[in-house]
Amino acid sequence: MFLKIIHACKTSKRKVQLSFCCMRSILSLSLSLSLSLSYFFFPFRHDIMKWNGWGYSDSRFLFNKKGQAEFTGKRYRLSGLILPSLKDWFEGTFGANLQHKSPATPALNVSAVPPPNLNESFVEELKAAGVALSQEPEDRVFRSHGHCLHEIFALREGRISRVPDLVVWPSCHNDVVKIVELACKHNVCLIPYGGGTSVSSALECPPEETRSIVSLDTSQMNRILWIDEKNLTAHVEAGIIGQDLERQLNESGYCTGHEPDSMEFSSLGGWVATRASGMKKNIYGNIEDLVVHIKMVTPRGVIEKSCQGPRMSTGPDIHHFIMGSEGTLGVVTEVTMKIRPVPEYQKYGSIVFPNFQQGVACLREVAKQRCAPASIRLMDNEQFQFGHALKPQVSSIFTSFLDGLKKFYITKFKGFDPHHLCVATLLFEGDREKVLQHEKQVYDIAAKFGGLAAGEDNGQRGYMLTFVIAYLRDLGMDYYVIGESFETSVPWDRVLDLCRNVKERIVRECKERGVQFPPLSTCRVTQTYDAGACVYFYFAFNYRGLSDPIHVYENVEHAAREEILANGGSLSHHHGVGKLRKEWMKEAVSTVGLGMLKSVKEYVDPSNIFGNRNLL
Amino acid sequence: MLFLLRDCSPLGRDPVLKKRDDFEDVLEERRNSSDLRYALRCYTPALYKGLVPCKASMLKSIVLQSDSLQYVVGQVSAECGESREAVQEEAALLLEEMAHRLQLGTIRFFAFTLSKAFKALFRGVCVNEEGIQRLQQAIQEHPVVLLPSHRSYMDFLMMSYILYTYDLALPVIAAGMDFISMKFVGEMLRMSGAFFIRRSFGGDKLYWAVFSEYVKTMLRNGYAPIEFFLEGTRSRTGKSLTPKTGLLNIVMEPFFKGEVFDVNLVPVSISYERILEESLYARELLGVPKPKESTSGLLKARRILSEDYGSMHVYFGHPVSIRSLAQGHISRSQHNLLPRHIPQKPTADTQAFVNDTAFRLVRLQEENMVLKPWVLLATLLLQNPDGMDLSTLTEQADWLRRLALAFGAFLDWPDHEPCSKVISSSLALHKNLVCVSGGRVRLVVEELPGAESATEEAGFNRAVSVLSCASYRNQILHLFVRPALIAVAMQTANCSRKDEVFNCFNFLRNVFSNEFILCPGAAVQDFEEACYLLGKCGAVQELQQDLVMSQSGQTTLAFLCSVLDPFLQGYQVVCRYLCEELEENLLENKFVPAVRSFTLQLILSGTCCYEALSSDLQKNALAALIRLKAVRRVKAGDQVTLKVNKIAVNSLEDTLGKTNVQHINIYLYSSLLNNK
Repeated sequence: MFLKIIHACKTSKRKVQLSFCCMRSILSLSLSLSLSLSYFFFPFRHDIMKWNGWGYSDSRFLFNKKGQAEFTGKRYRLSGLILPSLKDWFEGTFGANLQHKSPATPALNVSAVPPPNLNESFVEELKAAGVALSQEPEDRVFRSHGHCLHEIFALREGRISRVPDLVVWPSCHNDVVKIVELACKHNVCLIPYGGGTSVSSALECPPEETRSIVSLDTSQMNRILWIDEKNLTAHVEAGIIGQDLERQLNESGYCTGHEPDSMEFSSLGGWVATRASGMKKNIYGNIEDLVVHIKMVTPRGVIEKSCQGPRMSTGPDIHHFIMGSEGTLGVVTEVTMKIRPVPEYQKYGSIVFPNFQQGVACLREVAKQRCAPASIRLMDNEQFQFGHALKPQVSSIFTSFLDGLKKFYITKFKGFDPHHLCVATLLFEGDREKVLQHEKQVYDIAAKFGGLAAGEDNGQRGYMLTFVIAYLRDLGMDYYVIGESFETSVPWDRVLDLCRNVKERIVRECKERGVQFPPLSTCRVTQTYDAGACVYFYFAFNYRGLSDPIHVYENVEHAAREEILANGGSLSHHHGVGKLRKEWMKEAVSTVGLGMLKSVKEYVDPSNIFGNRNLL
Repeated sequence: MLFLLRDCSPLGRDPVLKKRDDFEDVLEERRNSSDLRYALRCYTPALYKGLVPCKASMLKSIVLQSDSLQYVVGQVSAECGESREAVQEEAALLLEEMAHRLQLGTIRFFAFTLSKAFKALFRGVCVNEEGIQRLQQAIQEHPVVLLPSHRSYMDFLMMSYILYTYDLALPVIAAGMDFISMKFVGEMLRMSGAFFIRRSFGGDKLYWAVFSEYVKTMLRNGYAPIEFFLEGTRSRTGKSLTPKTGLLNIVMEPFFKGEVFDVNLVPVSISYERILEESLYARELLGVPKPKESTSGLLKARRILSEDYGSMHVYFGHPVSIRSLAQGHISRSQHNLLPRHIPQKPTADTQAFVNDTAFRLVRLQEENMVLKPWVLLATLLLQNPDGMDLSTLTEQADWLRRLALAFGAFLDWPDHEPCSKVISSSLALHKNLVCVSGGRVRLVVEELPGAESATEEAGFNRAVSVLSCASYRNQILHLFVRPALIAVAMQTANCSRKDEVFNCFNFLRNVFSNEFILCPGAAVQDFEEACYLLGKCGAVQELQQDLVMSQSGQTTLAFLCSVLDPFLQGYQVVCRYLCEELEENLLENKFVPAVRSFTLQLILSGTCCYEALSSDLQKNALAALIRLKAVRRVKAGDQVTLKVNKIAVNSLEDTLGKTNVQHINIYLYSSLLNNK
């Protein structure tokens, strides 16, 4: 029976995979077909994805010959559209100039990649076990980094530091068991690799590592093994990418509802390893709420619970050693997750507030009444203007007239100051009637805080911003603008103070470090909780005139994090610690807390096979 | 806590290299144009960028509804068993008593009347305009706290007057309750931005909560610059007083708790060529009670309008950012685990930081005080109680001027006039204190008709003159005190080894730390700074291990020793009194009168200087003795008695008395160390 399910899934999976393959070049398809079965799903990810930037190769922002911004490709709502106001916003905000370009190295210089330091006997035994592997420079470089600014910046400049020496592609749990056994036997360092969307330097190879480093790419473990409709759970291999998981579940009428901003590229295993949070956590919960069962392979053996009871009092929850372990203890191979029927109805919405304070007060009230929609986010004024710059060309005079009218109503009639107003974006989900009822409740609360409903369109555009922001960073980097986002969580009463102080700290630090133009320093509240909120900062500046922009950038980000901690914010809400924020771990969890985590590591992985040196 | 005043290079501590701004006389325009038009002109100050606009009345309700006040109201009501409403009502009354009612109209009224008054009183009111520009910038950036020095009632009127003149945001001012009793005037002051605090409210939780929340709310909302006097009260002696940290703590808290990004502290140095309260202060120091503030008193005081008080200088210092000061010293995350509205005692770290900052700010005030030639003359005249030949005075004044400048004095000495002319005009301005007759300059002492000169009353009158004069000499002490401590230490140590000299220096510094502004814990820096200055003016030579007087240094060192002499004498007298005269334990409030009459006897027998009569000095000496654990305060009911450790006091007196003592008494020294 069990096998049957797997089989069924595999077939349906192949269909999906084939459609996925359509996006690839015919050449790579035929190539992969000509290889043995285990190579069938061979991941030439860099054929469809950029090697030195975010996302799909075919999707990027550029300024066309007329100097207008456009977004290429066909994948997104914005794709193929002209964005007339982006140029002015871009030049105005950053003091950037389309004449001053800072283009990236066009292709990877293979000779710059250090030759692999292979552990021959390990490789031999791995080959004998039939595990797919590669030592091609492209494959290794592709898995040597996440998406921190300094990582991408170095790639664009063609600088390659330590990269994994070998990439292996296990196709199932047992493959992983084999790989980990061999790694222990031959003392090689394993770095698990899921979607590669880390923004905490978690995937960086520690330069001090002398052993052979093997990147364990989970992308081939991407099957839904079974769906249990009685208990509403699905058992899934941990390498599956977010959008594939949702799409495949949707085909059976279900979803997990877990939608982190990176869901196009990030993997289930990565979510578990970093304690990910999804946009719609208000309905579905964060990853720790969604997970029912985890299987992880460690140097000590496999760790898992013996049943799928929905809650247990069996000592500290061992899942919590796994969630957030950031690849330091083992590889998550399979996960049982809660699933829900696909909601009948979805509706976007938005609210304009006269200022950020009122907006935060409204979100707090919504959280207090526990009536938050699937997602509710509050952008500050700078981000509102940013979002506005991404408005595509209006097709009809009527729409532009309507826009003008709206603007007039809000700024003139209602007296909102365009330099203070801010916007909350909303997403409601559920059955139609309840959604409409819910919507009314939220808008009624908003009205008490001076909020005005501002339409579905603004809401939807707000969420789109999330998906394209990373593409925009690549555009910035073509014109001397570098930037990054970072996040925190903070009690309600400190939200405003933290936002103001961190934004101001960024501006001040930039000035003190010789940045010639005022930076973009903006934030939004992206999640609400009973006792606090998650705050997300975007920060970018024009680096012309700086000799070491990355160093300046890192100093400013460091200062911003210090400011966050000083204002009662957490070290991270969902990005994780990695190596980037490791220095603050002791302060964050106390010496004893850190010792606890270290002792777990000591027991599970005494030879530091999982040697990415994150977290501890 | 050595961190605050650390300068890395000797050049960095060379005070002469400090650049100071130029002054402009704000009265000049007033003398040439209509005061009425000036009072009614358009006033549009630049405001704080994060301003939360609110009226004075709304401010009160914000304070009364604030979480922190509500919390304390709840606490108090639980403790004393009264209903919440009753306590809340009480809080509202306290706030009513306290709150200002800043109105532009009143300010305009003051702008008009004060213009008239200032023109009558002063030759000029000089303000550094660059400081004003810096302040204007600072006001827009972050909440501002104005910290003027306090020498006269004039101070805060003058501050508001100047800010109005330069179109800057008008401050709200923390004032003592004393003014409230002045019927009409109290209300006028309230309407010009003063808010009133009781002098002591030690254990009154509710009062503290209302008061601190009121100040913090104004700060957080950027309502207005907040002005208060670090010294707490007017200095009657011309020396800066040891700063009080209560209000400073309050205005720093919003930064520590992350409620504001930063706060700018702006030290303001207000110096008077002639202090309005001059002889009043001297009498007060001699035990004539301070006249109670009353409107009729004020009206009577209007005769001062007919006198010449020379010019005054107001120097707005560089804004000091709390954020920069706290960087690396205060962990703001210590507030992460407690709701911020729950009142918390500052931690030892925080308290030390605030204390250091307070001292630093007072020193900044001192540095930018303008010194007039008369200050130098007063210094010399006090060292020559029998008077001086005008020619000698002129000669020595010129010498002292150069010494003061070498030490970095902010001296307002007219460059282009001959020395003698400068001196004669100074003497003329202070003719109530000095007179020139037959080429000799001497202090003016009110003659008693037909009485002998050796009576107590005559002695008292002379003391008034001496103390008045001393209040000018004291203005320059901040410049000389560290080198003078070394000069005395070199004499006391009777050995040139640097570490010996430092030990003596440190001992003296410790004894006098209630008397002068000596930052706690900064002994080494103070020593180095003073050595540097003495070396620079050629008085001493710093060798590897030794500190030796150079040949030409005799005059300078002797001068510096005699600068400290009245204080050494005064402290000895206090010690002597406690050892010799005191039979039993003494009530604390009887201490000053008792020491006073003891001292007066000594003076009449010619064995003591007049300055020892100053109650300020006597109180400081007592505070030092208590700090050094030579005297203990014992509370019994409402009364506080002083228990004297006669051995300790006696040995302190010995040490201070014998300039040739080789070792500092072991007992005392160890108690000093214990005290650190």
